[in-house]
Amino acid sequence: MKIKREYMELGALATLALVLLVAFPLLLGGFYLNLAGKYLSFAFVAIGIVLTWGYGGILSLGQGIFFGLGGYALAMFLKIEASGSNLPDFMIWSGIKVMPAWWAPFSNIYITLAAIVLIPATMAFVFSYLVFKKRVSGVYFAIVTLALALTFTVLLVGQQSYTGGENGITNFTTFLGYDIYSHASTYAIYYTEIVLLLFVAMGSTAVIRSRLGNVVIAIRDREDRVRFSGYNTAAIKAFIFMLGALFASIGGAFFTIQAGLISPTVVGVTSSIEMVVYAAVGGRLSVPGAVLGALVVGFLQFYLSNNFPHIWLFFLGALFILVVTAMPNGLMGLLDRFALSRE
Amino acid sequence: MELMQGQQGVIFDGANVPAARRGHCELSIRNLSVSFDGFKAVDDLSLHIAQDELRVIIGPNGAGKTTLLDMICGKTRPMAGQIFLNDLNLTNLSDFNIVRAGVGRKFQNPSVYEDLSVAENLEISIPRGRGALASLFFRRTKVVKEEIRDMARIVFLDDLLDRRAGHLSHGQKQWLEIGMLLMQAPKLLLLDEPVAGMSPREREQTAELLKVLSVGRSVVVIEHDMDFVRSIAHTVTVLHQGRLLVEGSADEVQADPRVIDVYLGH
Repeated sequence: MKIKREYMELGALATLALVLLVAFPLLLGGFYLNLAGKYLSFAFVAIGIVLTWGYGGILSLGQGIFFGLGGYALAMFLKIEASGSNLPDFMIWSGIKVMPAWWAPFSNIYITLAAIVLIPATMAFVFSYLVFKKRVSGVYFAIVTLALALTFTVLLVGQQSYTGGENGITNFTTFLGYDIYSHASTYAIYYTEIVLLLFVAMGSTAVIRSRLGNVVIAIRDREDRVRFSGYNTAAIKAFIFMLGALFASIGGAFFTIQAGLISPTVVGVTSSIEMVVYAAVGGRLSVPGAVLGALVVGFLQFYLSNNFPHIWLFFLGALFILVVTAMPNGLMGLLDRFALSRE
Repeated sequence: MELMQGQQGVIFDGANVPAARRGHCELSIRNLSVSFDGFKAVDDLSLHIAQDELRVIIGPNGAGKTTLLDMICGKTRPMAGQIFLNDLNLTNLSDFNIVRAGVGRKFQNPSVYEDLSVAENLEISIPRGRGALASLFFRRTKVVKEEIRDMARIVFLDDLLDRRAGHLSHGQKQWLEIGMLLMQAPKLLLLDEPVAGMSPREREQTAELLKVLSVGRSVVVIEHDMDFVRSIAHTVTVLHQGRLLVEGSADEVQADPRVIDVYLGH
């Protein structure tokens, strides 16, 4: 049964690769491809949530923070490029005369890419290690991350002259000289994103199957006991949390370039909770499920908000309640049960 | 240590390996005390357990037996006194570092990882690969698989390697947990009621197992079943109200009027 499940998971990953790399670019026009790319940026976060929450039992309601760190890092780079020799427009409006020292490094693409990887990973590891060492977990951890997400948003809105405030950072033009809104760029960005997404998905599957994956499951079920198997469980949990943060940050960067903006709304509390919903809908124990969840919920939101602009959020709430009560393992869990019952 | 090398059949030859080759180990507990809300669970207790010794601790409920093991393995912090494994002071080490120093603890209720298979339970107990990266890149080599199969054979679970631990019987879970401890290659083994919930036949098998695995290390067992105690113990320590009451062979202890008064007589 276990072997069979592994094959199913591999099959689902292969199907996903085929759909995302071949079917979508062929069938969807530029507009919808860009939209799919935008929703798939949340798939990175959702995969991280499968690792941390599904396998590790660590529920974070603040993944938007890490999504935001990646998103804002790339947005700063794009904004500096779009502004040419001038300061970014929102800084000028706020009366800032010189480029702030911590903005300047983001004119360099390598520093920006390094920041997208290193800043969230370091912050996530250090923060969560200190918290886990104090043996804070479960609901308490979720509340701490929720509070941090809230603080992060307040900070972004409050520091308007450095962050663009409520509006965030937008009006990009080019990336390394290429027009980011051209037809060719849409495809180039999309393919880059999918290749990275598949890389993250396969990497996560490998993590789950490794001995570390088993240790993480053991920690979820019996953390006390795992310490008596000689593991520093705080460090293991922090490592998994760091992976989740890293994936979220990569997703955030892709969101910025796909959507052409990053703002406090996108990285706030509501958005952070929605990210958990993606993983729950797809199946919190399934990596392909996380990608499926991000796509399904994303397009559903798009469809519903266009057709029922006033009440669409209720549909989303109903969907979450339905998933949690009727299918605890999400869409992939449903598929799983269906396939296994046919033996 | 030879027990852990994973060569086939080594464990039951273990008794023939000279103890000196396995590294010396002895536990000494000096004036240990702890109290909870004013209640003295363990009170100025000193104990010495030698290499190759299998010590059984008995005593009425609330005598401080489990608390003593909790303090040795770092689950509870003593308020006074010290615990040494050879020259290493365990008193202020964190729980996982005490494990890394060579102390294995089996809890009263069998504590295995129910969502994992028997083989996976044994695998994550292998000492090398306890860091995040080390466990991520841990390779399931032939040697590792052989090691797991050997251990499963020792604890009578070789037919059940792929069984989910949650689906094992109570006695099998106890064996699995003992196997997980042995995987850690401990110098000191602490077993809290290892035969609880076992059938008479399983008890016999476990008694044989404990005799073999005490060679080359020190073993402390908490047990209530006096027949089982007689079948395994070298020395029996009787605790009462957190203090040492009597120490001696199983026969001496059972005949001691003080022991009969506080424990066996009831």
